[in-house]
Amino acid sequence: MNEGIITASYIAASALFIMALGGLAHQESARRGNFYGMLGMGIAVVVTIIGFVENNEFMLIAGIVVGSIIGYILAKRVEMTQMPELVAVLHSLVGLAAVFVGWANALEHDPALTGIALSIHAVETYIGIMIGALTFSGSVMAYLKLSGKVGGKPLHIPGRHLFNIVLGLIALYFMLQYMDTAATGGVLALTIMTIVALIFGIHMVAAIGGADMPVVVSMLNSYSGWAAAAMGFMLGNDLLIVVGALVGSSGAILSYIMCKAMNRKFFNVIFGGIGSKKAGGAGAAGPAGNAEDIRSVESDEAADMLLNAKEVMILPGYGMAVAQAQHTVFEITKKLRDKGINVRFGIHPVAGRMPGHMNVLLAEAKVPYDIVYEMEEINEDFPNVDVSIVIGANDIVNPAAQEVPDSPIAGMPVLEPWNGKQTIVMKRSMGTGYAGVDNPLFYKENTRMLFGDAKERLDQILKVIG
Amino acid sequence: MRIGVPRENEEGEKRVALTPDVAVKMQQLGFTLAIESGAGAEASYSDEEFAKAGVEIVEDAKELWGSSDIILKVRPPKAHPELGFSGVELMKKDQTIISFLYPAMNPEMLEEMADHGINALAMDSVPRISRAQKMDALSSMANIAGYRAVVEAAQHFGRFFTGQITAAGRIQPAKVLVIGAGVAGLAAIGAAKGMGAIVRAFDTRPEVKEQVESMDAEFLMLDFPDDEDGSGSGGYAKTMSPEFIKAEMDLFAAQAAEVDIIITTALIPGREAPELITENMVRAMKPGSVIVDLAAEAGGNCKLTEANKVVNKHDVTIIGYTNLPSRLAAQSSQLYSTNMYNLLSELCPEKNGEIDINMEDEVIRGATVVKEGNITWPPPAPRLSVAPKADVGEKAQQEIAAKEEKPAHPLAFLIPLLIAGGVLFGLGSVAPPEFIGHLTVFVLSCFVGYMVIWGVSHSLHTPLMSVTNAISSIIVIGALIQISSDNLVVSTLAGLAVFITSINIVGGFAVTQRMLRMFRK
Repeated sequence: MNEGIITASYIAASALFIMALGGLAHQESARRGNFYGMLGMGIAVVVTIIGFVENNEFMLIAGIVVGSIIGYILAKRVEMTQMPELVAVLHSLVGLAAVFVGWANALEHDPALTGIALSIHAVETYIGIMIGALTFSGSVMAYLKLSGKVGGKPLHIPGRHLFNIVLGLIALYFMLQYMDTAATGGVLALTIMTIVALIFGIHMVAAIGGADMPVVVSMLNSYSGWAAAAMGFMLGNDLLIVVGALVGSSGAILSYIMCKAMNRKFFNVIFGGIGSKKAGGAGAAGPAGNAEDIRSVESDEAADMLLNAKEVMILPGYGMAVAQAQHTVFEITKKLRDKGINVRFGIHPVAGRMPGHMNVLLAEAKVPYDIVYEMEEINEDFPNVDVSIVIGANDIVNPAAQEVPDSPIAGMPVLEPWNGKQTIVMKRSMGTGYAGVDNPLFYKENTRMLFGDAKERLDQILKVIG
Repeated sequence: MRIGVPRENEEGEKRVALTPDVAVKMQQLGFTLAIESGAGAEASYSDEEFAKAGVEIVEDAKELWGSSDIILKVRPPKAHPELGFSGVELMKKDQTIISFLYPAMNPEMLEEMADHGINALAMDSVPRISRAQKMDALSSMANIAGYRAVVEAAQHFGRFFTGQITAAGRIQPAKVLVIGAGVAGLAAIGAAKGMGAIVRAFDTRPEVKEQVESMDAEFLMLDFPDDEDGSGSGGYAKTMSPEFIKAEMDLFAAQAAEVDIIITTALIPGREAPELITENMVRAMKPGSVIVDLAAEAGGNCKLTEANKVVNKHDVTIIGYTNLPSRLAAQSSQLYSTNMYNLLSELCPEKNGEIDINMEDEVIRGATVVKEGNITWPPPAPRLSVAPKADVGEKAQQEIAAKEEKPAHPLAFLIPLLIAGGVLFGLGSVAPPEFIGHLTVFVLSCFVGYMVIWGVSHSLHTPLMSVTNAISSIIVIGALIQISSDNLVVSTLAGLAVFITSINIVGGFAVTQRMLRMFRK
C-alpha cells in the first residue's frame, strides 16, 4: 500500500474522531458520534495493519482477539455506579501501552537520526514514556481509591513537596543523560526515569482527597491524551498527534470545569496544601447550628410532603450512587409525574466521582434527560419549588459557601434548595461531607432531615405514594 | 405508662385531646391509651374508631382520672356542675396532666395541683422558639381561629367575597382588613384571599410586612416619623407609645369607612386586649359590614364586642366568639393531638413509654408549670431564637465580595503568549522542518479540541471520558508499526501494547455505546 493512501486514511480518521467528540454536544447526535469514532479507529487500524505488518501476525491477531473479548466483557458487565473505576482502569491501560510503545521504539531507534533531530527524538521518547508511566501508576492508584480498596483520605507524607521536586530533578537529570546516550541505547536512564515516573504518579494521586476525584479522573484523562501525542511526535505520526491533542485538551477542559465547580485552583487540587491554609479556618470547626434545631421526619411524612407539592426538585449526590437508589428515585418520579406534580432533577457539576456521573446514573434508571437540569439552569427556579429532596449530597448544597466568608468552601457555586419552600435532606447521619464542613442547611427552619439508608427510605416513600 | 383522655366537660367545647390517627403513633412511643367513652363524639371521632386504633374505652371518668399516669386534656380541668368534680382532686403523686392550663389566670388551680404532688405541663406555656414549633398548640389553634373567623364573617356578610362580572351586572369584591398579622391574622388573610376578597393587613411589627405580602395581601404602612418597632420578646407584639397609637387609630378610622369586614387579632400576652375599633369607627362602617373580634376573650379589640355573642350595633354585625377552634372541632383536635404527640415524643426520647420531665430542656422547662408538687411557673425568660433584624447574611455577602481577587493587569494575558512565542522561535531556529510540521498539527489540534470540547453537553461528560479513552488508544498504531520487528523484545512489547489497547478500544467504545443508549427523552 502506498504512503499516500495511508496518509489519506489517517486524515479521514482524524476527521472522524473530531466528529465523534463534536457529536457529544447533544444527546440526539451522540450515538452517531460514537459510531464515527469506531469507524475512524477501524480505518486507522486496518490501514496500518495492511501497510506495516509483515510478520508476527499470530501475535497480532491473538492480541487483538483476546484484548477485544476482555474489553467487550468489561464494558457489558460494569455497573453504572462503577463507571469511575472502569474509566480509571482504561486510563491506566493507555498509559501502560504508551510505556510499551515508547520502550519498543527506544530499543530499536532509527540510526539515520543525528544531531538536533536525534536530541529532539530522544526528548520525545523520554517524555512520552514518562507521561505514560505516571498516567499508568496514577490511574491504578485512582482505581484503588475509587473502588475503596485504598482509603479516600489524602496521604500527606512529610516534606512531600520537596519529595516531588526531587523526583522532578532526577527526571530532568536523566533526560539530559539520555539525550547523550540515546544513540547507544541509554537503557539505564530510561529505566530510572520510568521508575521515578511510576512513583510520582502514585504519590500524586495518593495525596488527593476523595472529593477531588472528579478532577483527578479528568486530569488522568488529559494525561493519557498527552501520552498519545508524545508517541505521535516520537513516531512522526500526525494521526497520533491529532488524537492525543484532542484527548489531552478534552481532559484539561474537564479538569478546569470541575475545579471551577469547586472554586478550587487546579494546582491547589493536584499539589494540595500549597496556599490552602484556610482549610483549618474558623468555618471548618464546630457545627453550624443547634442540634435542637434539627427536625427529622419519617418516610411517610416525607411522602405526604411530596404528594402535596406542585414543584419537586431532586438533587442527587454520591450517596444516591452508593445506595444504588437511582431506580427507586425514578419510580417515585414517575408516580409523582402521573399525579401531575412537576418533578425535575438538579445536577451539580461535581456531584459523584466523575464528570457527568449523576447524569449517567439517572439515564441508566431511565430518567428522561429533558427533566435533568444543570445547576446554573435551575438555581433561579428554587423560589417556585415546593419540595426539594437532597439525596446523599452535602457540600454541593451547603449555604456556607455563600454565607460564611471564611468557610473552606466559600465561593464554591452550590445548589440553593433553601430558597425553596421546603427541603428534605436524606442522609445516613449528621456527618460532614468531604470538605469536612458542617452544613447550615440542615438547621434551617424549612429543612427536614430523613435519616437512614437512602434506598430503604426511598422504597418506603414509594410505597406510601404508590 | 398509661395515658388517659377524659371528655371535655366545658360548655360548648367540642374538641378532644386525642385522635385515632395520633393514638396509633403514641402507641409506637410505648404508651398504652385509654379514653372516656364519647370523648371524641363532638369532633366526629367515634368510640369504635378509637377502639380500632387500640385505645381502651373507659365508661367511668373518675376511674380514668385515677388510673392514668398521664392525663391529656384540651381545657384546664374545671369542676363539672353535674358530676361535681374537676379531676385534679382525683390525681395522686407522680401523675402528670398535659393541657391548656393558662397558669397566669388560674393560680388556685396550680396550688391545688401542687398540693396533690402531681406534674403539670401547660400547652400554652411551650416557649415560642423554632424547635418547639411542632408542639406550639397556641399557633395551631390560632391558625384555625383565623380561618374560622373568615368563615364566620362570610356567614354574616350579605355579599360575595369575590368580585364577578355577571349577566346581571358587576359585583365588587369584598374588602377585608386584618389587624394583627400573627398566626391567626395570616391564616385569616389566606382564607379571605382564597375566597377572592381584597385583603389589607396591619401590624405594629414591620418585619411581618414580608409575610403579609407573600400572601398577596396589602400591608398598610403607618406614616409615622419615629421608627418605632413593635416587636416584643418571644415573637409577640408589645405595647406602643401614645403617639403611635394615635396614628394607628387614624388609619383604622380611615379604613373602617372603606372596608366591609374587619378581623382583629391584636393580643398582647398577659394584658387586656388593646381597644382598636372605637364606637365611632363602627358607626362609620357601611351597613351590613362585619367585625370578627378574635380578642373577645381578653376584652376585645372592638369596644362593642360582647364575648361569646354575635351582636348587631349600628347595622354592623360584631362577632365575639371565643371558641372558634372548637367550632372546627375535628381539625382542631387533629392538630392539637399532634402537638401533644410531639411534646410526648420529646418527653419520651427513648420511646419506651416512660416520660422524663427534663428541666434542662428549654422546651420542657417552659411548659412545666408544676413539678412534683412544686409550682415552677413562670419559667425563666426564653432565649430569642430569631433576632428581629438580621443582616448577617448581607454582611457575609459583602465580605465574600471583598475577598474576591483584584482584577489582573489588562496586559497580563500577553505574558504567556510572549513566552510561548519565544519558545516557538527558539525551536524553529534549530529544529528540523519535519518536527515543526508535527508541532503545527499538534497546536492546531489542541485548538480544535478546545473548541469542540466546550460544546459538549455537561450531562455527557462521562461518555466523553470513555470515548476519549477509546480513541486515545490510537497508540495501537505505534505498536502496529513496531510489531513486525526482528528484535524479539521489541515485537513482544509491541504485541503487549496491541493486546492492551484492544481491551481499551473495544471496552471504551462499547461502554460509551451502552451509556448513550440509556439517555432518552
